[in-house]
Amino acid sequence: MKANSSSHLRQPRAPGIITPNRWLSERVFNTIIGCFKRHGAETIDTPVFEIKETLTGKYGEDSKLIYDLKDQGGELLSLRYDLTVPFARYLAMNKISNIKRYHIAKVYRRDNPAMTRGRYREFLSDFDIAGQYDPMIPDAECLKIVHEILSELELGDFRIKVNDRLDKLDKMSWEDVRSEMVKEKGLSEEAADQIGQYVSMQGGKDLAERLLQDAKMSQSKQACAGLTDMKQLFSYLELFQVTDKVVFDLSLARGLDYYTGVIYEAILTQNGPVSAPETGERGRRV
Amino acid sequence: MKANSSSHLRQPRAPGIITPNRWLSERVFNTIIGCFKRHGAETIDTPVFEIKETLTGKYGEDSKLIYDLKDQGGELLSLRYDLTVPFARYLAMNKISNIKRYHIAKVYRRDNPAMTRGRYREFYQCDFDIAGQYDPMIPDAECLKIVHEILSELELGDFRIKVNDRRILDGMFAVCGVPDKKFRTICSTVDKLDKMSWEDVRSEMVKEKGLSEEAADQIGQYVSMQGGKDLAERLLQDAKMSQSKQACAGLTDMKQLFSYLELFQVTDKVVFDLSLARGLDYYTGVIYEAILTQNGPVSAPETGEKGEEGVSVGSVAGGGRYDGLVGMFDPKGRKVPCVGVSIGIERVFSILEQKAEASAEKVRTTETQVMVASAQKNILLIFN
Repeated sequence: MKANSSSHLRQPRAPGIITPNRWLSERVFNTIIGCFKRHGAETIDTPVFEIKETLTGKYGEDSKLIYDLKDQGGELLSLRYDLTVPFARYLAMNKISNIKRYHIAKVYRRDNPAMTRGRYREFLSDFDIAGQYDPMIPDAECLKIVHEILSELELGDFRIKVNDRLDKLDKMSWEDVRSEMVKEKGLSEEAADQIGQYVSMQGGKDLAERLLQDAKMSQSKQACAGLTDMKQLFSYLELFQVTDKVVFDLSLARGLDYYTGVIYEAILTQNGPVSAPETGERGRRV
Repeated sequence: MKANSSSHLRQPRAPGIITPNRWLSERVFNTIIGCFKRHGAETIDTPVFEIKETLTGKYGEDSKLIYDLKDQGGELLSLRYDLTVPFARYLAMNKISNIKRYHIAKVYRRDNPAMTRGRYREFYQCDFDIAGQYDPMIPDAECLKIVHEILSELELGDFRIKVNDRRILDGMFAVCGVPDKKFRTICSTVDKLDKMSWEDVRSEMVKEKGLSEEAADQIGQYVSMQGGKDLAERLLQDAKMSQSKQACAGLTDMKQLFSYLELFQVTDKVVFDLSLARGLDYYTGVIYEAILTQNGPVSAPETGEKGEEGVSVGSVAGGGRYDGLVGMFDPKGRKVPCVGVSIGIERVFSILEQKAEASAEKVRTTETQVMVASAQKNILLIFN
């Protein structure tokens, strides 16, 4: 057996290493799992590998952060980058059309190769509802779950921002949207500027109602659909009594290409800027 | 976003995939973790990757089954093959000389590259290890007690725990006339006795490994022996065996081990079996393997051949003492004695599933017992 020289007494730089103290915060996992179970979810497990092809084209620019396995004969494999694409593949492969599942596991992301010290992996706790339902009901349930978990974990005050993938508004920067409205759609600069003001707005169901009345906004069928759903969502959130922490925020945009409807992000408000994607949970209609 | 053609609607062939039913056998994990905790163990986690160099030269021939990550700039990495080498590296790196830890996590092993369709394996291991200096055999006996407790609580059926010692094996080889440099290779042939008949094993030793027929026959007499403390005492008197200092040390410790096992009241299931040899090179003392006795030859699941941590066909747990491993990682070669056991959790799942099916027991996948609903239009509006 080969002994290692001391220069090899290292482990891959991994700020994600869990020390005994943190690991024994089973409390956190128990709280999260308890909430998922209360909502009737089952758990599944998927392989840590996926066929490389499965992950191709799903993560946009982030694709370069995927860990590939060496070609050692056999299929080309990569380590999963999140739990969502594997989930979707799992549903398709097993012809499942209806499931409420949670999945708590590690995912693997290379940090930007330009950086010298990189995070390389993280723990995700995903909860997803797949299936056909009356609009906004499962979306509202997801928000209720975020609210329950963040409250029980006693992290301090938090906000959940929600938005909808109103076409264009979050794929393009405001300057480009304004430019398109004015130059291509013949919108007056004043009106464009008014909308520009809306983009910086936050509110609740009232904001959705106001935007539905907006002469310009109501020209877009898609925007109206999104806004109508947003009103419906807030009605359910009122019933679930979680509107105190939820805000409809038109500036919210989420990076991943696969979102098609409601998007949301939870942030802590007390500790100053905490990078949201790590603490937030998200949901989508895929 | 790119849609996948249906030919890519596959997942890597993974017999280790846990379906909802099995996953919800949290019962199994809880039983195992409960036992580990009762014995005062803490848990740690190590990265799923190791620096490739760390794993090099630790697994002998099995090294070709290690998954490497592609070179994408940065350090060359590999996926961990077991939880023991990472543990030893962790101890050396953190200068820990004393710890009782459990670790339940997945390990990764490629299947034999000669096979055309590259199956890969990802499966759970449940490891319990005691590192540190203690009076001889006490931690070793505790590991066996733990195996006994867990297998009993899981109600898998009747089981046996075979024990042997690397020093007894090596001593036996020496007095039977095996040349020193053939010890390891002869040992790996003897290891096949659980799958192959003695005739085939003998044939391999003589024809492939170049051992003399006399030596092979002498080994043959010893490896058919089984017993308890009495066997250890008898062998200490054996004219040939007693010539080996190594064997005597191992046999003396074996007697001591059985004394402790008597105190722990677990000797009913433990047998000193000279045919037990475990594949991994890093064992230095006691070795053991637990097998179920009721179900006849448990057909190796799709994982096939030797799967989890040298847990061979039919066995559900295995382990041993490995005193030299930490020293390989320590810059000053400082040694930390270790002994541990690995529970073959995937095998346990298969067996419990088979039993559940046989008894037509339905396993629910969700825990929600009661849901309250009133079936009306606009239910949510009215419900509150």
